[in-house]
Amino acid sequence: MEREPGPEGARRALGRWLEAVLASRGQANAVFDILAVLQSEDQEEVREAVRTCSRLFGALLERGELFVGQLPSEETVMAGSRGAMRKYQVWMRHRYHSCCNRLGELLAHSSFQVKELALSTLMKFVQLEGTHPLEKPKWEGNYLFPRKLFKVVLGGLLSPEEDHSLLLSQFREHLEYDDIRYHTMQAAADALARVADRDPEVSLTFWNNAFTLLSAVSLPRQGRNLSNFYVPRSGPSDKWKVAHLRVPVFLGGCTLTGRAPQLPLSLYKKVLVITHDAILPHMAQPTLLIDFLSSAYDLGGAVSLLALNGLFVLMHKHNLEYPDFYRKLYGLLDPSIFHVKYRARFFHLADLFLSSSHLPAYLVAAFAKRLARLALTAPPEALLMVLPFICNLLRRHPACRVLVHRPQGPELDADPYDPAEEDPAKSRALESCLWELQALQRHYHPEVSKAASVINQVLSVPEVSIAPLLELTAYELFEQDLNKGPRPVPLEFVPAQGLLGRQDDLCTQHFTLS
Amino acid sequence: MGKAKAAGARRKASGAPSGARRGPAKACPNPFEVKVNRQKFQILGRKTRHDVGLPGVSRARAIRKRTQTLLKEYKERDKSNVFRDKRFGEYNSNISAEEKMMKRFALEQQRHHEKKSIYNLNEDEELTHYGQSLADIEKHNDIVDSDSDVEERGTLSAELTASHFGGGSRLLHPKTFQQEGEEGEQPKSRKELIEELIAKSKQEKRERQAQREDALELTEKLDQDWKEIQTLLSHKTPKSENRDKKEKPKPDAYDMMVRELGFEMKAQPSNRMKTEEELAHEEQERLRKLEAERLRRMLGKDEDENFKKPKHMSADDLNDGFVLDKDDRRLLSYKDGKMNVEEDVQEEQRQEASGDKSEEDESEGSSGEDPEESDGPESHSDLASDVESEEENEKPEKEHQSPGKASITRGQKARNAASTELPYTFAAPESYEELRSLLSGRSMEEQLLVVERIQKCNHPSLAVGNKAKLEKLFGFLLEYVGDLATDDPPDLRVIDKLVVQLYSLCQMFPESASDSVKFVLRDAMHEMEEMIENKGRAALPGLDVLIYLKIVGLLFPTSDFWHPVVTPALVCMSQLLTKCPVLSLQDVVKGLFVCCLFLEYVSLSQRFIPELVNYILGILYMATPNKQSQGYALVHPFRARGKNSELLLVSDREDVATWQRSSLSLRWASGLRTQTATEANHIRLSCVAVGLSLLKHCVLMYSTLPSFHAITTPLRALLTEHLVDCSHPRELQELSQSILTEMENQKQLHRPLTCEKSKPVPLKLFTPRLVKVLEFGKKQGSSKEEQERKKLIHKHKREFKGAVREIRKDNQFLARMQLSEIMERDAERKRKVRQLFNSLATQEGEWKALKRKKFKK
Repeated sequence: MEREPGPEGARRALGRWLEAVLASRGQANAVFDILAVLQSEDQEEVREAVRTCSRLFGALLERGELFVGQLPSEETVMAGSRGAMRKYQVWMRHRYHSCCNRLGELLAHSSFQVKELALSTLMKFVQLEGTHPLEKPKWEGNYLFPRKLFKVVLGGLLSPEEDHSLLLSQFREHLEYDDIRYHTMQAAADALARVADRDPEVSLTFWNNAFTLLSAVSLPRQGRNLSNFYVPRSGPSDKWKVAHLRVPVFLGGCTLTGRAPQLPLSLYKKVLVITHDAILPHMAQPTLLIDFLSSAYDLGGAVSLLALNGLFVLMHKHNLEYPDFYRKLYGLLDPSIFHVKYRARFFHLADLFLSSSHLPAYLVAAFAKRLARLALTAPPEALLMVLPFICNLLRRHPACRVLVHRPQGPELDADPYDPAEEDPAKSRALESCLWELQALQRHYHPEVSKAASVINQVLSVPEVSIAPLLELTAYELFEQDLNKGPRPVPLEFVPAQGLLGRQDDLCTQHFTLS
Repeated sequence: MGKAKAAGARRKASGAPSGARRGPAKACPNPFEVKVNRQKFQILGRKTRHDVGLPGVSRARAIRKRTQTLLKEYKERDKSNVFRDKRFGEYNSNISAEEKMMKRFALEQQRHHEKKSIYNLNEDEELTHYGQSLADIEKHNDIVDSDSDVEERGTLSAELTASHFGGGSRLLHPKTFQQEGEEGEQPKSRKELIEELIAKSKQEKRERQAQREDALELTEKLDQDWKEIQTLLSHKTPKSENRDKKEKPKPDAYDMMVRELGFEMKAQPSNRMKTEEELAHEEQERLRKLEAERLRRMLGKDEDENFKKPKHMSADDLNDGFVLDKDDRRLLSYKDGKMNVEEDVQEEQRQEASGDKSEEDESEGSSGEDPEESDGPESHSDLASDVESEEENEKPEKEHQSPGKASITRGQKARNAASTELPYTFAAPESYEELRSLLSGRSMEEQLLVVERIQKCNHPSLAVGNKAKLEKLFGFLLEYVGDLATDDPPDLRVIDKLVVQLYSLCQMFPESASDSVKFVLRDAMHEMEEMIENKGRAALPGLDVLIYLKIVGLLFPTSDFWHPVVTPALVCMSQLLTKCPVLSLQDVVKGLFVCCLFLEYVSLSQRFIPELVNYILGILYMATPNKQSQGYALVHPFRARGKNSELLLVSDREDVATWQRSSLSLRWASGLRTQTATEANHIRLSCVAVGLSLLKHCVLMYSTLPSFHAITTPLRALLTEHLVDCSHPRELQELSQSILTEMENQKQLHRPLTCEKSKPVPLKLFTPRLVKVLEFGKKQGSSKEEQERKKLIHKHKREFKGAVREIRKDNQFLARMQLSEIMERDAERKRKVRQLFNSLATQEGEWKALKRKKFKK
């Protein structure tokens, strides 16, 4: 059939073909025309064609005009002498199949609108196929989910070439349904395993896509009855318990975590960030993550900081015994700790780890001394947090108070503390004193100076909560100082003479205007 | 005996206190009227109030009072006559007494007039003054010689007194009497004498009058003569004019001078001129005071309670920067026998010569630039110019302050151009664009002049709205400075000069100035924060922010423990040093400038800056070849390995050899378009040199810090590495060597820390609480308000009782009066009845007697 050029013409032609196909089986060959438009270059036309396909096959699925059961090949059916009706159904099923494949390909289309439309159409087919299954149920009332079709969808989503984060966020609304979640996890785990097995060098985009998809799956709480299904179904739903969902979660999680060493660093961090609250609680056997977490902890730097959280959960809830945990934690303390992004998280955990009153005094003293040493290089916003932290340590462990109060101690030539020693037990921190805090009493920022001066008096009994200080940024500090309310503004009494100041000023010595 | 003794004792006991109480006013009351309330026991500390009384006297007083008031009322109880005072305004308190009298007089006159005028047509009213008829006064209105008159009126003649008052005068004036006696042969009678006297005095009066008239006539004549001659005398004035002003002679120059001198402000006695030493001493004292205040703020003591204004402010102060105690006039003073003409005068004259007069001179006084006159610590003018007397750099400053003027005087052409182009008055700009359009395109000198003139034309003491205008001007100038700094190339010389203007404006309006500086800082920080949020790191901001930070250091004291502007600026600098990675040579220059600023901020307070040490460590690390180093760790924003980790390394031997130490230019911070590789290398080496010398400064400053070694350990490790690598020029090596030895030399003892002894918390005790009894008989243990309330209630009760008692007594008094009235009436009636009976009895008797008589007959 001829059609006018341009999207408008395409639309009219498609409408005509659609009517024709739906009206009489004799006109069924128009399906080819429609599928041809689906291959078009112009995105307007493609979108029109996708819409038409959606309507066409939707109607056909509802009418049951597609072949049900194991699909024989087209040639054998055409050649065979079966009834025309069956021939037509098989033939139409083949067209449907090719249409779905094409739609899966369209998920990688350059235009987002096309991608979105293709995705929604595919999901519509998934729903319709669920209600009008194309396979014969093995027994009555069996639940059939169109797995093959769904695999096509996921395969399109988890593309190794293109970043699909936008499309995945569209897909997220389908993840509210429990069955979709279940099948997503299963299909994704399969896809991951397949891709990772196939070649060791997997592209970063693939990992990103996989991560975005898996992290979007929010798992229901234990014991909740599953009732929210995308594919409507009748019959008893007892078997559908959360336990069913667990396995795939483990699969997905493990596939990700098992591949950890291959993961790029940024993704590694991302995985670690969500480990403790998105993955660990839903695993049937969280102890399987031990290897993953401890290897991450050994890696050093920011990664170990992040692994701490998961490790903590394992130790706290699952009786993990980690030798040298505190020693490693001690090793994590280096000057960069005040400058990294995860500072608040780390100190929150460190506060937890050191909150036990059963820790030996030498250990706590070593931590306090180490932190005080590091405070000599810290910016004010971090100091405002770490100084109360140290004071809290001293409050919790009265045995460590010698660090700030040693009335009859001998005068020393040098600090007995050994900063290079890795073992806190051998660092001789208990013999030392927190002279660093004394130095910080002369810090330029008034609040820091005040915080450091606390040790001059006997420490008060109640601990200072550091929770509000954890997230303090320099900008907030700046705003606080600016908004301290109206106060008199003292003025400089030495008159200004020029930009660089007087002859003996530092700026004049080192800089010139010309 | 015993009874008499006791009575005597009692009287004695009573007499003493009563005497003591009443004092000398009522020395000795009648002992029979005194009633003493004897106390059974003496109680220590109790005040006895009612031990002695005079019941009879007080009762009599009360009765008297009642008879005067209550009885009167009682007697007039049924009378309805009312006395009404109809005098004008008698009960009107609004009118003053004088006015009242005037009105009354007027009313009276009116009444008088009306009544008279109806029937009496002829009689005119006679006007009087001081009781004398005005017509009379008019008759002899000629001027009376007051002097003689007073004399004669004041003292009466001797004869008069003698005759009038008699006695005694005979003794005083025997001679006159004798004379009279001889003349008149026989003594005259008193009447004759008086008549004679009167005649005599009248004659005398007449004579005196005649004399006075003569004198008047003569003076008039003389006046006329003088007027004729005067025309001849005043030959100086042209005749025509003279004729016009015949009546008003032109004032003489001399007269004018005299008048002027008379009206001119007299030289007021001023304080003694201060000697040089005294002035110097005062100056020193003032500086010492300011320094002490600065120290106090630096230590952060009484930070919160110190809310009072730093300088004294009068209640009437309009806060417009106008200072009253500033005296414009120059006091004449001598120095080495020569008149002491101040330099400003000359300068002013120079200015006048150069063409700008009017406003500059006018506002010179109020804007205040003469260093000698201001001695009060409050006046801001001496803030602007104080240190000169103490410090030697007077000369450079003079050069600083008046380069514009000097150049104008120097170049004839330039002067002409400037004087033709620049108007003398400028309206204060309302927006930044306005200011920019005023200043753009002008030379540096002209820009300065314009700003100066704006400031002077809009001095707050000149008009009301000027204060707000100048406050705005500060913000605009700040913005302008920022613009100049971001220009390419930055116009740093203009900024250098504008800083002085900013300083003086800031001194005038500290609050608004701090607000605008804060605004600028907030802007810069906000920009940086956004960048950090988006990218995780920020680029070092442009030169404008650095200049702002520098200006903050110039305008505000940087050593304060907490300062509303400086503390945020410090946080801002800390951000610059920790969040902005060093990517280029330009960034190195900027970073070093920030370091320099930071050090300058804490140069007085000697405070510790962790970021700074890190930063210098990072900078110096860039100057060494990368290798696995032991003993130090680099902190953000530096990295041990990376694209820029060898940014400052100079490997070219030749460049190292030719390098000469020089200061860094701020221009490089805004844009470093190089140049040859050699120049870049030289800049690199200069940066290293600056870093090293800053480090040395730090080391010297922090040598007293308790954990100095912990702070410097990484630096020491790096410097030893630095030294090992010998590619640096000799000078730098020497510098780092000296730093190292400086570090080594600091041997410090680590004294164990101890907390300050705090007061032990006292145990809870169970002894009863003791309350001090201050006064007996008073209710204790309640708050002040409660006591006050109780006192009031008590007072009310007492007064109430007193009032009831009074009323009761009134009633008793009235009852008594009524009773006596009734008794009186009854007695009268009885008397009358008895009288009637008497008369009736006599009548009866008579009648009976008559009857008997008749009967007898």
